[in-house]
Formats: sequence, C-alpha cells, structure tokens
Amino acid sequence: MELSTISSNLLYAAFFIYLAAILFFGATVKDKNSGKASKAGKIGITLTVIGFLSQVGYFFTRWVASAHAPVSNLFEYTTFFGMMLVLAFIVIYSIYRLNILGLFTLPVAVLIIAYASMFPREISPLVPSLQTHWLYIHVTTAALGQAILAVSFAAGLLFLIRQIDQSQKSKHTFWLEFVMYIVFSTLGFIIVSSAFSGFGYQVAFQAPIEGEMTAIEYEMPAIAGPHDGELTSSGKMAPWFDAPVWMRGVDAAQKFNTLIWSLLSGLVLYGAVRLILRKRIAASIQPWLKKANPDIIDEVSYRAVTIGFPIFTLGALIFAMIWAQQAWDRFWGWDPKEVWALITWLFYAAFLHLRLSRGWHGTNSAWLAVGGFAIIMFNLIAVNLVISGLHSYA
Amino acid sequence: MNNKITCECGHVNPEGTELCEACGKPLTPQQPGQDNKNESLLNMRYDGSARRSQTYNRTVIDKIWNFFSSVKVGVWLIVITLTASMLGTIFPQEMYIPPGVNPSVHYEDQYGLAGQIYYQLGLHNLYSSWWYMILIALIGISIVIASIDRFVPLHRTLKNQKPKRHERFMRKQRLFGKSPSADTELLKQQLKKRRFNVREEDGHILAEKGRFARWGPYVNHIGLIIFLLGALLRFVPFMYTDDFVWVREGETKVIPSTEGQYYIKNEDFILETYDEDDPRYKEALQQQGGQVPKNYQTNAVIYERKDDATVGTDPELEVLKETHSKVNQPIKFDGYSLYQASFQQNEFSSMTFNLHDTGNEDNVHGTFTIDLSDPQSEYELEDGYRVVINEYFPEYELEDGAPVSKSKYPKNPAFVFEVHPPGDAEPEVSFAGIGRNIDPTNENDYKLGIEDFEMRDVSGLTVKKDHTLPFLGLGGAIFMIGVMQGMYWNHRRIWIHPKDNEVWVAGHTNKNWYGLKKDMERAFNDTGLSVPEDQQEIKAASEKPRAKEDEHGVKHNQQ
Ligand code: HEM
Repeated sequence: MELSTISSNLLYAAFFIYLAAILFFGATVKDKNSGKASKAGKIGITLTVIGFLSQVGYFFTRWVASAHAPVSNLFEYTTFFGMMLVLAFIVIYSIYRLNILGLFTLPVAVLIIAYASMFPREISPLVPSLQTHWLYIHVTTAALGQAILAVSFAAGLLFLIRQIDQSQKSKHTFWLEFVMYIVFSTLGFIIVSSAFSGFGYQVAFQAPIEGEMTAIEYEMPAIAGPHDGELTSSGKMAPWFDAPVWMRGVDAAQKFNTLIWSLLSGLVLYGAVRLILRKRIAASIQPWLKKANPDIIDEVSYRAVTIGFPIFTLGALIFAMIWAQQAWDRFWGWDPKEVWALITWLFYAAFLHLRLSRGWHGTNSAWLAVGGFAIIMFNLIAVNLVISGLHSYA
Repeated sequence: MNNKITCECGHVNPEGTELCEACGKPLTPQQPGQDNKNESLLNMRYDGSARRSQTYNRTVIDKIWNFFSSVKVGVWLIVITLTASMLGTIFPQEMYIPPGVNPSVHYEDQYGLAGQIYYQLGLHNLYSSWWYMILIALIGISIVIASIDRFVPLHRTLKNQKPKRHERFMRKQRLFGKSPSADTELLKQQLKKRRFNVREEDGHILAEKGRFARWGPYVNHIGLIIFLLGALLRFVPFMYTDDFVWVREGETKVIPSTEGQYYIKNEDFILETYDEDDPRYKEALQQQGGQVPKNYQTNAVIYERKDDATVGTDPELEVLKETHSKVNQPIKFDGYSLYQASFQQNEFSSMTFNLHDTGNEDNVHGTFTIDLSDPQSEYELEDGYRVVINEYFPEYELEDGAPVSKSKYPKNPAFVFEVHPPGDAEPEVSFAGIGRNIDPTNENDYKLGIEDFEMRDVSGLTVKKDHTLPFLGLGGAIFMIGVMQGMYWNHRRIWIHPKDNEVWVAGHTNKNWYGLKKDMERAFNDTGLSVPEDQQEIKAASEKPRAKEDEHGVKHNQQ
C-alpha cells in the first residue's frame, strides 16, 4: 500500500475511534456517581488516546509522503487543529478527570475533522514562502494554542447548557439555541457536500469576471448563481437568483451558494430535531448534565484560557512575526489573517482582565469563551475563504 | 495628608489599606447589621493593599491617574481597539490594492457604495490612522499607570505578611474550615514536601508557594511596553530603512539607502516551478492547473566601495560576498537585508541587426549589436554604411496612432533608424522592432533585419535595515516570560490558626482553586485536619440561590 493511502486510512480510523469514544463518554452521564471509577469513562479516554495516536500516525506518514509537514493547506491545517483539540482535551482530562468534558470536546473535534475533509486533500507542493521550518513551528504552536482555547469553549458551552434557566425564554436561551443551530449548519454542510460530491454533481456557468467571460463550476446545485451568469450545463437546476454584484471573485458566488446550502440544511436538521424533542435543544440536554459540578466546569473553562493564551501568543503572534520578517521582509503587515490573530489575542486579553473583576465568572465568563471560539473559527473559515490575503490557503 | 492606620496587631498601614498588611484584619468598619455570618467573603485582590487610585481623588492628576489605572477602562480600550481592527478587514487595506490604481475610485468601483463609505471613513488606511495609533498609545499609558498603581502596594503587603492572622481574615476566606486538632509537625513536613515555604509564629502557620507568580502580569506588561516603544522607534530615521532596487542580470548597481557604500551585481535570476510529472504532487498540480512556483532566487555579488565616494569617479569595489537571495533566505550584510521580493522575466538586453538589400537578404552590408541599456547613437558598418538611431522605444506601443514607450525598460524595444549608404546619398528612414519592420516610404533600397537578440531577467529586491528588531524581540521575550509566570504558576497560601481547642484552616490562591484543594488534600493527610469547604459555590439552574448574591449566583473573591 502506498504511504499516502496508509495515511488517509489512519485518519479515517482516528475519526471513527473518536466517534466511539463519544458514545462511551455519553454513557457516563448515566453513572450513579460522577466519580472517577466510571468504567465507560475509562474506555472513553482510552479510545480517545488510541484515536489520537492513530491520527498522529496519519500526520507523520503524510509528512513523509509529502516531504513537508502536513500543515500547508486548509485540509491539512484544519485536520491538525482537530488533532490538537484532542490533545488539549487529553491534557485537561488528565488534570480534572471530567468525563462529561469529553462529551463536549470530542464532537467539536470530530466536526472539525469532517469539515476539513471537505477541502481538496491531494498532497500539494509548497510555494517558496512556505518553504521554511518556521511554517511548522508557527502553524503547529498556533493550532495548539487555539485548540486549548477551544476546550475553554467546550467547557463554557457545557456550563451554559447546565446552568441557563430553561423554564422561560431569555436572551440566554435564544443565543444558546443559536449556537446549536450553527453546530447543525456545520453538520449540514458536511452532509450536503459529501452527498453531492458522492453523486459527482457538477454544474457549469459562464459569467463575467473582471470583464471577461469565465467558466465557473459549482459542485452543488446552484441556489445562487454567479452574477449575470449563464447556465451552460444542460439538464441542471437553474439558479433561483443571482449572487449580489459585489461578489466578484471567480469563487465568490460558489462559496456564497455553499453557505446558503449549509444554513438551509442546518435549518432543516435543527427544525427536525426540535420537532422530535418538542423542546429547546439545550433544554433537552440539560437534564443529562445534572451531575456536572458547575464550579469545576467554570474553573476548567478559565484554566484552559490561562494555559492556551501564552501558547497562542507564542505561536500565532511571536512565531508568526519571526516568519513574516523572514519571508516577506516585514514582521507585521496588517494582512487580514494577522489582524484576526491580533483580534483573537486582544479578545482573550480582555477575557483575562474581566475575569479579575466581579461579575465575570460563571455565565458571563462562559459566554466569553463561546465568543472567543467564534472569533477563532471566523479566522479559520471566513478569513481563509472570504477575506483572502497572503495566508489564504484555499 | 498621610493618615496612617495602626492595626490592633501593631502594624502601621498606609492610608487606604483595606486589610492590615500584617495580620489581614479588615480595616474598614463592619457594615452595620451584618453579623459575621453574612458578611461576604473578603476581597483579596491585591491583598487589600492601599492603592493610590483608591485613596486619592482630589486633583486633576488624581483623576487622570484613577481613570487610567482602572481595569474597566483598560478593558474598554482593548475592546474598542479590537472592534476597530475588525472594521479594517472588511475590504483590503490600501497597501493591498493593485499598485497604481487610484484608491478614491478603486473602492467605489470594486465594492460600490459600501466601498465608497469605507474609503471616505479612512478605513482603507485604518492601522496607520491617527486615531488607531492613539488607541494603542492609550492602552500603553493605561498599562503603565495601572501597573504602578498596584505593584508598589502589592509588593509591600506581600513582604509584610505575618503567619498570625486575624480571626475575621481567616473566617472570610473562600476556603475556610475547622478541625478538632492537628499534628502540626507532620503537617509542616508534608507542606514542605509539596514545596511550600512554611513560616511559624506562636503556633500559627503560613505556608506559601509561587509568590513570584504574582509578578507575572507586571513582567508581561513591561514586555508589552518595551514592544510598543520598539515599534515607536521605527519613526526614528536611522533606526529603520526600507528601500527597493531592481537589478538586471549582469548589471552592477548601487544599493539604495546605503549611502553609496554597497553595490550589488545580479549574476543570475532563477525561477523554478514544480515538475508537473512529479509523482508526489501530480494530483494536486493537475487540480490547480498551471505552474506552481518552487523557487525564486537571485545569485548575486555584494561589493563594498573602498574609495571615498567622490562624484564622477568610477567606484573602487571590493567583493564582500558572493551569495544568493531566496524567499525566506535574505542576503545579510552589515545590518542590511536584501529580500527576494519581485522579478521580471525576459527583458531584452541586446539586439543584433543586419543591413541588407531590400528583396535580397543575402546581400548583407554589415551587422551591429545594440546594447539596450546603453544604445549608441550611431553604428558604423562595413564599406562606409552607417546606421543612426533616430528614436528608441524601450517598451513600444501605439497610442492614438503615435508610437510611444510605456516605460524605460526594454520589454518590447523598437527603433526608428536612419540608414546612411556610403557617399552622400540621402539617408533612408525605417522602423524596426520585434515582429515589425516598416518602410514608411515603400521606396527603401535597404532593410534592417533582426538577426539575434538576448534576454535577461530582472530581480526586485527590498533593502531593509531594522535596528528596532532587537527591542521588539526583547519585548516579546519578556512578555512571554511574564505571561507564563502568571499563568503556569499560582500564588497559593494556607493559614493554620490554633484557636481554643480547635484548629482553623484557611486557604487562598490567585488562580486554580482545584490545585490548591489538591495540595491541601495531600498535605493534610493523616494530620487530623480536613480540607475546608469552598464557601463560594455556583448554584445550579434548578436550585434557587440561598444568600443574596449577584445576578449569576456567584459570590466573588478572586485575587
Ligand atoms: C493588550 C494588552 C494587554 C495584555 C496582553 C495584558 C495582559 C495581562 C495578563 C496576561 C494579565 C494576567 C491576568 C491573570 O493573571 O489572570 C494581566 C493582568 C493585569 N492587567 Fe493587563 N494586559 C493588557 C493591557 C492592560 C491594560 C490596558 C490594563 C489597564 C488597566 C491592564 C491592567 C492589568 C491589571 C491591573 C492586571 C492584574 C495585575 C495583578 O493581578 O496583579 N492590562 N494583564
């Protein structure tokens, strides 16, 4: 078997092992005693470690196969981020032994890895600016820092679902449901993308880009077509409407279309689940979390920030500056990716300072953890795909 | 002005102290109607030391000081800065729009009304705008003042603390409990084993560790300030140089901004792309379609000028180094760095023409070569033939029917020649360039044909000198040390207070209560002490809070 095949099989294995681990962590909510001796919890963490090792195997075999560390495009980076999230969870678990945290962190990791695999997965060569060991050093540390901060999000979400009063409607219940909806949209994106690429769906357009007629291909049925575009494949659904004029890039309209599919499919999934449950999603989960100790969860969420913040600073700002100085002759260039790393950093600095004062523990702190993760995801997804800059991988 | 407060333990505290520096007794009177039970937990931030900002509020300076020392203000400044930073990423900054386009039309053109508003608000140059800089400066000021406001008194308090603590101090700690008796010898031993620093006074014990973690924020703030000052140094002229040079292959050029001291010769510019049949990357290369660059490189010689640079004389150059510049591998010498930033391929360097009879290419009257970077005005051929260059268009183009040159770079050279046959015959005019050869009269006896040409590449290199980098590096390093110091270590204290037939235990940490409880569990093992209860607990959604607490059911008592 070729090395690259072994590599992708190891990634598949890791993925399914994580799924199994989630089931076992899920089983721990029924344990009588939230205590440490839970059998399901032990199996859960063991599986997590095995899955992690399998993914480490994927990482290094791919490294050999591609002759550079596999952190050089969106698929590789995002997968690596998922792997670091699992590592961060294992580290935090080894301190606090909270099974329930696995039930929240691993699904995030699994979603992220599945999301990653929607992007081109071929082994690609490195352009000159990426040919440096600072690529590995910067990207891996930054991903680890973000991953630890993401554990703070998982704990924060757990805290909110556990603590928010579900007996009446409030801003809290609304935004919590909104978070749930975003999770479903991510899932929707993964399902829809895999389904259409499974069928090999393709539809082509001609549209003016920078004044020249250009061929554009969609891999999902076009709800929003390119602006002033003309359908050139026969027998395919015509777009319901055109993307707005200002979406000019070759891929802009297609990405917009994908976003619509994600949000719609998220709506369908969310709606279906709510119909079945006949309750807010968070309200349905809440009873399962009774045993979780809110004090400890609050502390874990904060602790993850205190551990992750220095690492994030080192990787995403300091190492990034060293690399930028070498590659582009300036350590800082106000490129969108850089600015969003700065925003993330400022946000968590604000978090840490607020946490020093009254009123910013518990619920407020948990919301901040959710907000921080939203910024990290924005930098990973929107800035890469929408606001492109030098760093744009895709 | 200085109203010192003398505590019942005898320690003299500065005005504004909340908890006695030595014994921890709350120095502000107890609220009426509050018995000891309901009094909320002590606010342990800065250990209740007297901060200037909390003590004086009389003069304008006091007010400014108090404003900047507030964490609330600091957080607002940070939040405003991060929000502003977001706005700057909506559309590209001016430096990322295509070179040469006019921003006042570009933004409207590309992004419509939103783009126009963006431009008019100045968001296209946000990060160098005066107000963004002021925001950063305010954060810097705030950091300095807030740190001084707290550092000095906190230092005083932590230096003065005594093992013997006031009862009210003990009781109002977040971790507080009572045990019937204790084996203090074993306890001290076990505390020391857990790397606590143990002090004793009349049977009262203070076990403390990680105090240096308290200085973490101050260290990291110093790092930030050094970094910001380093960034400010860029505006000092000799600290920072940023220039650019184009060098053609074979050409030797003075490096700008080096005061004529250094020269560079471009030996060769190399552009490599990935082999599309490389089995490793085949699939991806096919997907991306087109060539993926693998290497941009300029092989160069750096010279140093040895004579005193008098104008007009040819420089006396000495080879400093023969080297290359690649992306990620700049050439470095004497504090300067040359970065491979840009290139142009296939510029013409020379063209060779032959003069022959119109209609008979074999009857050649001579051949001449024009060095395109230094064309002569006249070329003497055999048998008395001469060719004069009437006009030279390095980058020829027809504009409104008239020939013009788009630039001075020989990318598409064309000439208007005057051909002088031997004797006194009238010269003929002809036009020759790549792919065109025009006889304006259609009566010429001679024709100029291109026999050969040579091409070369041009390397674009940025020239940088940046003496601010060491300061930025230092600031970054100090920041990292400070932030790790404050985040990866915690200041943990355990107080043991014998009282009648009981032993009281209290504990405090600035972070990581879980870790402190674990420490206690292990240190108290077999000593008869039990780990105290946590007096601050978050209530679950279903349970109604018992005491009156703030809106999220948390009683506060950090730091
Ligand atoms: C982006 C800028 C800043 C960064 C990265 C930063 C970083 C930090 C960090 C990491 C801590 C430690 C927090 C903890 O231990 O939980 C801290 C503490 C602190 N910061 Fe900042 N800070 C910044 C700006 C400011 C500003 C503008 C102020 C002004 C009010 C400020 C005032 C403080 C104070 C008072 C503390 C607590 C000190 C102590 O506990 O002894 N910081 N800062």
